[in-house]
Amino acid sequence: MKKGLLGMLAIILVSSMFLAGCNKGSSDKGYSNGGKGTKIELWTFNELHEQYYEHMADKWNEENPDDQISIKATTYPYEDLHNKLLVALQSGKGAPDISDVEISKFGNFLKGEPQILPLDDVIDPEKENIVQSRLDIYAKDGKTYGVDFHVGAAVIYYNKEILDKAGVNPDDIKTWADYKEAGKTVLEKTGVPMTTLDIEDQWSFWPQVAQLEGNDDLLKENGEVNLTDPRIVEVLQYEQDLVKEGIAIPSPGNDHHSEEYYGFMNNGGAASVWMPMWYMGRFTDYMPDLKGKIVIKPMPAWSEGAPRSAGMGGTGTVVTNQSENPDEAKKFLAYAKLSKEGNIEIWKQLGFDPIRSDVWDLPEVNEENKFTEYFGPNIFGTLLEVKDEIEGVNIGEKTPDVSNAVKTTILFQSLVEMKDPKQALEEAASQIK
Amino acid sequence: MPPVNLKGGLPLSQNMEANSRQGVRKKKKRSLLYSQNAAPYFFIFPFILSFLIFFAYPVITTVIMSFQEVLPGQTTFIGLENYKELWNPTFLTAIRNSTVYTILTLIILIPVPLVLAVFLNSKLMFAKNFFRSVTFIPALTSVVVAGMIFRLIFGGQEGALLNSILSNFGMEPKAWLNHGGTSMFVLVVLATWKWMGINILYFLAGLQNIPQELYESAEVDGASTSRKFWHITLPLLKPISIYVFTISIYGGFSMFAESYMLYGSNRSPNNIGLTIVGYLYQKGIEQNNLGFGSAVGIALLVITLIITLIQLKFFGMFKKEEQG
Repeated sequence: MKKGLLGMLAIILVSSMFLAGCNKGSSDKGYSNGGKGTKIELWTFNELHEQYYEHMADKWNEENPDDQISIKATTYPYEDLHNKLLVALQSGKGAPDISDVEISKFGNFLKGEPQILPLDDVIDPEKENIVQSRLDIYAKDGKTYGVDFHVGAAVIYYNKEILDKAGVNPDDIKTWADYKEAGKTVLEKTGVPMTTLDIEDQWSFWPQVAQLEGNDDLLKENGEVNLTDPRIVEVLQYEQDLVKEGIAIPSPGNDHHSEEYYGFMNNGGAASVWMPMWYMGRFTDYMPDLKGKIVIKPMPAWSEGAPRSAGMGGTGTVVTNQSENPDEAKKFLAYAKLSKEGNIEIWKQLGFDPIRSDVWDLPEVNEENKFTEYFGPNIFGTLLEVKDEIEGVNIGEKTPDVSNAVKTTILFQSLVEMKDPKQALEEAASQIK
Repeated sequence: MPPVNLKGGLPLSQNMEANSRQGVRKKKKRSLLYSQNAAPYFFIFPFILSFLIFFAYPVITTVIMSFQEVLPGQTTFIGLENYKELWNPTFLTAIRNSTVYTILTLIILIPVPLVLAVFLNSKLMFAKNFFRSVTFIPALTSVVVAGMIFRLIFGGQEGALLNSILSNFGMEPKAWLNHGGTSMFVLVVLATWKWMGINILYFLAGLQNIPQELYESAEVDGASTSRKFWHITLPLLKPISIYVFTISIYGGFSMFAESYMLYGSNRSPNNIGLTIVGYLYQKGIEQNNLGFGSAVGIALLVITLIITLIQLKFFGMFKKEEQG
């Protein structure tokens, strides 16, 4: 008897071990709207995005009483999200309906047969209002798989206080050569470097490369690695020269997203920084002392009349092929990120420059919010000024590899170890196949 | 427990003929249940099962995948392509980092804990339990927490803890994590801090197994403390030392989380913090190339296997087993 009981127990224990893994649970826990309506699970890597989606879901439910949705949004750390999603898509189990994918990781999801759904049916009706280059970056074989939040126009943020001390007028800086000259003056008169450079991230280097005229940047238009292009060598050489002359220093904490940098910049450590529009939020949240001192201008160009901006970074939101309600998921995604009202909300809540250029001159985007309070009104003026100069970037399967090389070896070797930029780029390129 | 006739009613002898077949079967069944030969297999069955599912199956799949290009929906055999690609400077950097790290941790984490364990085991030592707990507590902290704290301590800014201490002595602030040498130093310090207690524990267990009589008789013969250490303690600690050595080699080569946390991601400037497992993770997971990642994994397996085998041979581990 005893033995039988023990045997039973053993069997129960062993089977519970296996079953525990299969217990998917059909509870409504974590779903908004009390679990009513179509359930949509959503992953993101940014808490602000999560709040945005939840807000948009509530709005959707108000407007569509007959077609309720219930979303469950989860924020994972940046690397974790992409790794989890890749494994879930690779193994065919466990992926959410909708997920955010950051642009430098997007190439991974286009490899082989994409396990994410083409979104052309919801994009096409809105296509003419959307900045085309923001769609191309998420396309493969003529199909578009992701929808972005923002254009990510690269701009330059000047610390007006420091420039005034040095007697430099930011509007006189038209080209990168002017910028270097101005940098010399600033350094001489104030002792502060003109700028800092990302050495463990790509937001200093990539915009300058993308700004180059023509369709190639870090990747050629056909997806080939383009690191050895002589013009790219020149860009890196320019950055190295800035560092050599003390006009620029490698960013404290190695990139513009580190605590060390925020503190440094907040204390007037450098006179400017070029970053995409979406960096505004970092100023308002992490550098409160610079309020009212920062002016946003178009980036200097490589030559007079050349493009002054580039669309940088991005979050391509995708619908996975594991979604049980793909049509509903697509409709919600379109509502949140493609519709006019969605785009206005993106500006209001997230401070991003929305991908629909037809909302840039609407009165709604010029209403006061924390960004206009910090940077002054007419932020969109700068954007409208460069509207036709926002260069796109080429995104392909090689992007993750290239981006990794830029972030680990290329910039560090040429801007910290002062290695010959040409050599650094060539060595990195030879390793990417 | 005596065997019980479960059917109870009829004496066996009366129904012998009718039941003979059944009896044989029963006997067989019973003999299987009580068999001395089968029992051990039964008892280790759960282990075998979990070994097959969670170890053998993944290893075999990894070997197969290392010969494939694994893409969603398109998996193709590409022969030795992945292994050919392994021969690149980044992987060699990873191997070099892991090897240097392993050697340094071995140099520090075997002799130092051994000596400390002898102290902690000594009767003359005061506040023994206090020191035992203090050295062990770091082992209980998670690598994630420890890595982040170390990152802050060794930050490159003037205000970071270590730099501000150094500046009191008139030294220049250093960007600890931006240079190969200093970043390896930080990794080894982290490992020492974290694993010292565990290794002390192993050696303490070994020390407590050494019979006290040996020391007593040595004392009678007039042996000095250092002679006792070299001629009794060290030789008798050999088995436990070999064990610690073996797991330390594996631990060193498979280090990943420490470097990941120290740099806040799998990327470090110039790959100075890249380890073999870090490279596997980067290629296999972060860049969605599981076939290549598998090849890196197999390379790691081969490297650790060879080094461990050489080491065991060197210590005469196999000979001992043959002698029984």
